[in-house]
Formats: sequence, C-alpha cells, structure tokens
Amino acid sequence: MCTVFSVPSAQKRILNKVFRILISHLVTNFEENIFFYQELTTFGFPSLYEESKGKDTKRELNIVAVLNCMNELLVLQRKNLLAQENVETQNLKLGSDMDHLQNCYAKLKEQLETSRREMIGLQERDRQLQCKNRNLHQLLKNEKDEVQKLQNIIASRATQYNHDMKRKEREYNKLKERLHQLVMNKKDKKIAMEVLNYVGRADGKRGSWRTGKTEASFFLRNEDEMYKILLNDYEYRQKQILMENAELKKVLQQMKKEMISLLSPQKQKPRERADDSTGTVISDAEEDAGELSRESMWDLSCETVREQLTNSIRKQWRILKSHVEKLDNQVSKVHLEGFTDEDVISRQDHEQETEKLELEIQQCKEMIKTQQQLLQQQLATACDDDTTSLLRDCYLLEEKERLKEEWSLFKEQKKNFEKERRSFTEAAIRLGLERKAFEEERASWLKQQFLNMTTFDHQNSENMKLFSAFSGSSDRDSLSVHSRPRQKKPHSVSNGTPVCTSKLTKSLPASPSTSDFCQTRSCASEHSSINVLNITPEETKPNQVGREGTNQKWSMASRPGSQEGCYSGCSLTYTNSHVEKDDLP
Amino acid sequence: MNFSEVFKLSNLLCKFSPDGKYLASCVQYRLVVRDVNTLQILQLYTCLDQIQHIEWSADSLFILCAMYKRGLVQVWSLEQPEWHCRIDEGSAGLVASCWSPDGRHILNTTEFHLRITVWSLCTKSVSYIKYPKACQQGITFTRDGRYMALAERRDCKDHVSVFVCSDWQLLRHFDTETQDLAGIEWAPNGCVLAVWDTCLEYKVLLYSLDGRLLSAYCAYEWSLGVKSVAWSPSSQFLAVGSYDGKVRILNHVTWKMITEFGHPATVNNPKIVVYKEAEKNPRLALGRLAFPPPRAAPGPSSTTESKYEIASVPVSLQTLKPVADRANPKIGVGALAFSPDNYFLATKNDSIPNAVWIWDIQKLKLFVVLEQLSPVRAFQWDPQQPRLAICTGGSRVYLWSPAGCVSVQVPGEGDFQVLSLCWHLNGDSLALLSKDHFCLCFLETEERVGTTFGRPGDHT
Repeated sequence: MCTVFSVPSAQKRILNKVFRILISHLVTNFEENIFFYQELTTFGFPSLYEESKGKDTKRELNIVAVLNCMNELLVLQRKNLLAQENVETQNLKLGSDMDHLQNCYAKLKEQLETSRREMIGLQERDRQLQCKNRNLHQLLKNEKDEVQKLQNIIASRATQYNHDMKRKEREYNKLKERLHQLVMNKKDKKIAMEVLNYVGRADGKRGSWRTGKTEASFFLRNEDEMYKILLNDYEYRQKQILMENAELKKVLQQMKKEMISLLSPQKQKPRERADDSTGTVISDAEEDAGELSRESMWDLSCETVREQLTNSIRKQWRILKSHVEKLDNQVSKVHLEGFTDEDVISRQDHEQETEKLELEIQQCKEMIKTQQQLLQQQLATACDDDTTSLLRDCYLLEEKERLKEEWSLFKEQKKNFEKERRSFTEAAIRLGLERKAFEEERASWLKQQFLNMTTFDHQNSENMKLFSAFSGSSDRDSLSVHSRPRQKKPHSVSNGTPVCTSKLTKSLPASPSTSDFCQTRSCASEHSSINVLNITPEETKPNQVGREGTNQKWSMASRPGSQEGCYSGCSLTYTNSHVEKDDLP
Repeated sequence: MNFSEVFKLSNLLCKFSPDGKYLASCVQYRLVVRDVNTLQILQLYTCLDQIQHIEWSADSLFILCAMYKRGLVQVWSLEQPEWHCRIDEGSAGLVASCWSPDGRHILNTTEFHLRITVWSLCTKSVSYIKYPKACQQGITFTRDGRYMALAERRDCKDHVSVFVCSDWQLLRHFDTETQDLAGIEWAPNGCVLAVWDTCLEYKVLLYSLDGRLLSAYCAYEWSLGVKSVAWSPSSQFLAVGSYDGKVRILNHVTWKMITEFGHPATVNNPKIVVYKEAEKNPRLALGRLAFPPPRAAPGPSSTTESKYEIASVPVSLQTLKPVADRANPKIGVGALAFSPDNYFLATKNDSIPNAVWIWDIQKLKLFVVLEQLSPVRAFQWDPQQPRLAICTGGSRVYLWSPAGCVSVQVPGEGDFQVLSLCWHLNGDSLALLSKDHFCLCFLETEERVGTTFGRPGDHT
C-alpha cells in the first residue's frame, strides 16, 4: 500500500481512476477477459482470482492481487519508460557520436587525400629537381669539356702564334740585318760626333789602349771585380743572417732559461708523481744548460750544439705546453662552472649547501643542547636544593598552566558535544512526533479509502484481506521499509549529518524484522527514537572526528601555496610529488 | 708652402740636376738651366730643333738634349758654356738616348733597335751593341754605375748581356727563359737582376750578377700577367704588379711570395683610413661672377676648394669598367713605388684610377687609401722621408705623409694643370709641371711640416 503513497500525487490520481475503471471492468466483463487474465498469468503475475477449493464455485477476483499486479505493471511501465528514455538518450548520444565520428572520418580522409597529393607533389618536385640536377651535371660536364677544349685551342693558338711570331721575327731580323748593312756600311758621313774637345774621364784616369792582352786582363779584372761584388754581397747577407741567428739564439737561450726556471719549482711535483719522462727531460735540460753555460757554446753554430739546443727546447716546450694546456683546461672548467653559476645555481650545489646548512643547524642545536645540559648540570651542582625545587616548581607551574588550558579546551569541546546531543535528542523527539502524526494521517487516509471502497459489495472482506496481504511476503515488507527512509530523509538532513542518516538506514532494516506490521507501526516512533538516541553518541563522535580529519586534510592541502581549499588529499600528494620531482636533477 | 712664379716649359722637360744644385728645363729648342735656390737662369743653350728628351749626367756637369726627329743629340757643359758636342745618328735614326753612369758616354739606340751606339766624350771611340731588344725597359744600370744589363733578342730568343760600364766589356751573356722579355731591372744592391716576361705570360725571373738563375716566379697562367715591377730600396722586396689587380711581394732570401696585396673596390676594414677628396663651393660671390673671368675657361676647379675628408668604412671606390675589345686594357696595377725608407709602398690600380693605395710594408697591410676626384696622373715619393706627392691633372698637388694629407691649390693666373711632378733631391722643393708651364713648390722645413700636415686644405 505504501507504494501508492510513494508515487507523486498527480500520478496517484490517475492511478486511482484506472483502478476504478479496471475494477468495474473486471467485475462486469469477467468472462470476456479471461484471456487477458491468462495472459497476465503467463507473464508471471500472480493470478487475480482467489484460489477456490471447489471447481464449481465461481472464481472471484482477488483485488489485492489485481492491485499488486497493477502496481507491478505500473512499476514495470515506469521502468520501461525510463529505459526507453535512457535508450533514446543513448541513441541520440550515439547518433551524435556517430556524426562526429563520421565528420572526423571525412576530415581525416580529406587530410589523407591532401597529404597524399602533397606527397605526390613533393615526389614530382623531387623528380624534377633530380632531373635538373642531372641536367646541371650534364651541363657542368659539358662546360668542363668546353673549358678543356678552349684551353686546348688557346694552347694551340699560342703555339701557332709563337711559331708565326718566330717566322716574322726571323724575317724582321733579316730585314734589320739588311737595313743595318745598308745604313751602316755606306760610309754615312752624317753619323758622327762633333766635339769641341774631349773631356777627361770622371775618375780622372786616362783611357788605355786596348790590345789583345789587355783585353784579357781587363776581362779577368772585371770578372774578379764582379765576383768580389757578389762575394761582398753574400758576405754582407751572411753577416746579417748570422746576426739574426745570434739574436734568435739569444732569445732561444733566454727562453730556455726562463722555461727551466719556470719549470724547476714544479720539478718536485712531477718527480713525486713518478713521471719519469719529465724528470729525465728536466735533468737533461739542466745538464744541457750547464754544458752550454760552461762552454758558452751557443756562439758556435755547430750542428750538434744546435741539435741539442733545439731538442732540449723542444722537450721543454712540450712540457710547458702540456702544463699550459692543463692549466687551460682547468681554467676552462672553472669558467664553465662559473658560467653555470651565473645562470642558475646548480641543484647539486644547492642541495649540498642546504645539507651543509642543515648540518650546521644540527650542530648548533646540539651545541645549544649540550650547553643547556652543561648549564643545568652546573646549576644542579652549583645551586642548592631550594633553587632546584624552585625551578621544579616553575616547571610544574608551567605544566599546570598547560594542563589548565587543555582542560578548558576539553570542557569547551564537551559543551559542544552536549549541545549537539541535545539538539539530536530534540530532533529525534520531533521526528517521533512527526512520525506519529504521519501515522495517524495515513490511518485516516486508509480509513477514508476503505470507506470509499465500501461502495462495493465485499467491503468488509476486502478490508480484512488488505491487512493479510501486507503481512504476507517479506519482500513487500522490505519494500515498505525501503520507502521509509525516504520519508525520514528530510529530518535527518535537517540534523546536518548525512553520514549519520546512511548509518541509520542501514541499521533500521534489522529492527523491523518482526513480521507483524502493526507492531512495527505501533512501536515505530519509540523504536526509531530510541535507535536514534542509541546511535547518536556512538555515531556522531567518529563522524565528528572524521569531519575534523577532513578539515585537517583540507588545511594541509591548502597550506602548500595558494591552492584552493577544495583540493583533496590527492592534490597534496601531487604537490608532494612535485616537490620530489624538483629534487631530481 | 710657397710657390715660385710660373715658368714656361715644353714637353714636360724639367729636371733637377743629380747634385740638386740646378734645374734644367726646355722651352721649344732652348735649354734653360737655373739655380734651384734663386731660380735665376745660369745658362741658356739653344739646340738645333725642338728638344724631346733631356738628361743630366751623373756628375751634373753635362746635359744631353735629344732630338729624335732629327736623329740628333746635343750635349752641353755647365762648367764650360762654350763647350759643345753634337752627335748625329744620321740615317740610322734615333729612338732613345741616355747617359752611361760615368757621365762620359752616351748610349744612343737607333731606329728599329738595330743597335746601340756608345759614344764616348773622352775618346773618339765608338762602340756598337747589336741586337738590343725593343721593349718596355731594355737597359738598366746598377746603382753604383758599374754594370749595365741589356736585353737582347737573337734568333728569336731573349738574352741578357751584362756589360762593365767602365770599358764596355761584356761580362756575362745568358739567355733568359722568357717568351718575350718585357723588362729588366737591377736590384738596388746591384747583385740581382729581375727579368719579367711580356704581359701575355706571368713570369718573373731573378738572375744573379754572374748570370745564374736564382729563381723563377709565376703567380698564375693564361690571363694577362706582369704590368709593373719595383724593387724596394733595401733590395729586400720585389713588388710585382699584375693585370689581376694585385701586387705580389717577393722576398730576397727564398724569392718566394710573402704576401699579396689585392686592390678591392670596396674598403671594409675599419683600420684603414680612406681619405676622400671633397670639393666645396664655399663662396660664389656675386662680385666675382660679375666680372668676366680672366681667362676663357678657368674651370670650376679653380674657384672651388677641395679638401680631404676621412670617409667612414665601408667605402666603395670609383671603378672603371675596362673595355674588353681594346689592347692594353686599363686594368691591373700600373704603378708601384716604395718609399725611400722602405716602410711604404704606393700603388695604383688602373681600373680604380682615382685611388692611390699606400701599404705598410712592416705590417704587410693596407694602410691608407687616397681617393681623388679625378684620375691620378703621377705620384712620387719624397727622396728623404715618407712623403708622397700626387697629381691628378688638376690645379692641385696632393701630399700624403703618415701624419695626414693635404691638398694644395697651385696659385697663379688661370689654371695650372699639374700633369707631372718631380722631387728635389733633399725633399725641400717639388717641381710641378703642366703642359706648358712649370713652377716650384717649396715645402716648409721639418719643424713646420708637422703643423702643416693634419690640417687638410690649407695653402699659402
């Protein structure tokens, strides 16, 4: 029956009507509707007729069954409608999904097409470029050939030209010869020199007659002079070169000395490092230097000395170079580090620094502790009992204060709890009252209903049956019970503890295990109130604790940064992980 | 800076005597010898025809005047004005005449380079040298005057003969590995002879005095080769300018190239100072314009002022596009000159005719670029200090020294177009030659030079 009440009022009315019609119909046209009933039974509904013991007795319509059937049908209908709706919405959703997918598909297809086209285009271009490249290669080859050809042509022309030139020159020479003969052989009186008087030679010498002998001697003298000049020149150049060489040697010597002096302070180190080569080299160099300085050989350009010098210098240079390179590397390293430092302080450094600082802090703390201990010890040893007691008193007082504070806090909490309990009990009482009122209302309503129904013939019997029907199957009971929390819900919500209500719903089904509905109904108000009363102290406490817990969580979550309070613990872990991530290099 | 008055001149024939005391100049068929300091005429000689060439003897006692058209050479003595000498080459003709270093012999090259006649002023003797080669520079004397090298052509082969100048004996005769020898030049120390081939082939050969081939250098093949060659005064470097617009410096130890100076049309290096001549019309006074100009065409350059401005790099220089179908194209390094102290090398690239490039030889780098407004006609180093005089055919003379550079207007009536210039031996004065006039430019003494330079554009 309570199912009827659970439906909204509008539906209730409609149902009412249908109910009446159906009933009237059933009563009047029972015979005709036999198939309908049979069908109903085949669908798994209980038969609408009272099971009669005798065959001849006319089967009577079981109103309760009909009602139940109705109800079930209605529920079914509603379910179906809901399902239908769901299906429709799903259908719609699927349809839109389908559309979307189709669109996507079309788009992708288009994309594929375009990319394919692009690819083809690129391939085409590639091919064209390759073609071009080939052509260019061909052209280059042709050009090279052309160049070769042209060079050959030039060479051939040059040879031809030279040949012609030679021919022409020969002709020209012939002509010249001829002309010379013509011009010179003919005693040209014009070719002459008129001089007032011959002047003396610039060097003041007199010209000497040339004879065969003198000619030869002259020639020899000239040769001698020439060679002298050349010799002088070479000597001059040699002197210059020698000077340059000496300068260079001096520089080399100086460099060597400086190198030795530079390398000697490090001498110990490499030797310690058991670096044999450098050690020997240095000793060599020292020996060389000694020798050289002893004999001052660098003045001589003897090959052996030169070799020695250059070799030693080379060795030292190598050492120096390696050393400088090492230094360079170090410098570059430092530089690099410096650069990174300039940009960002490296995490490692940071960590190291923080570790160091932490260590320092720890040490400081320990130091303070030890100092304190020492101080206390000193006090304990040095001061008399009064002071210690005073101190103890001091400590006790402090503790007392703290305890007091805690006590007050607890008291406050207790007060709060009390308040809450009171409100709970009040709410429970109110609930009980309301329930009572409701029960009464329902009773009156049922009464009314039955009074209305009494218009039918078997009013009394029905009235009886209704009760028995309710007491029948257990699932009907559970059904009715299930509907109960719905009515209860508003009250529990008003209490402001949603978790509590859920607990109640769980706990309640166990309580009305009694088969007698009337009994349950009668004691329902008490029961529930008691239940609630019993529950409240137990349930609210953890609940409240839980709430506090969540509150704590929230505050924790909101602590790292300006995150909103609605962030859950998850966010907290997230931030934690974030922090951890930061630590990674 | 002072300028002398303007004297008449013809054929740009004006020369200081080697001792620096006299100045010889020609006006048509007259030879005028002046005192350098007073510029008073000391001697005046009259030749038989228009003088085409004059040359002082090394001892500054004689001057020869060549009249090629008539095949005549007249020699005048400064000490004995009445002394005269006339050499007639007759029908053989005359194309060149020069003194031997002793100043007592005259070498005349006959027409068609048939022979060289060596006339002695001391004796009646005449010597002939056959087969001289007609080329850019076929005769060269060592600086000490002992030897003469002569390029010869015999049997279609180039030869070089080395003569002893004192008695004209042949000392050495050797053939050179050249296609068509173009020039020879002794190193200042007189021990190495540089020989270069025709422009068709890049080839520079270096011969010792005794005829040994010291080295041969070839920078590239196929294209036009050597255009100009210059020895450094210390004989340490040989600068070779070529048609590719580069100067290559060879050293005297290995005779290999030590560096290459390109002449790009744009100067990008900010360390290089680029002096750009700029012209300005500061005053165009109405009064001046109202009067008719003293000459028919004074030209705008006489009224405008020019001065050097330091151009900020990059500077692009004016380039001349060479005419491809003409012989002797205007490309390549056509002029080279080392400063007397060996520190600088001045060059001119013919395709960038307005610019003179001055290279620092110690650092082997480009030092300064001077860009003139018109093509550079000639430049010459001061024999005493690193100071370069440049003329561009305008009425100005330009001087550069490491301290800076100046542009000096030549004063006087009308336009004095400086076509050529020559320094006096001591570097105190400079002869500026125009087409038919010349004047002397006296430079300040050392103390005042420093103040003058660095103030571009001033003149007295």
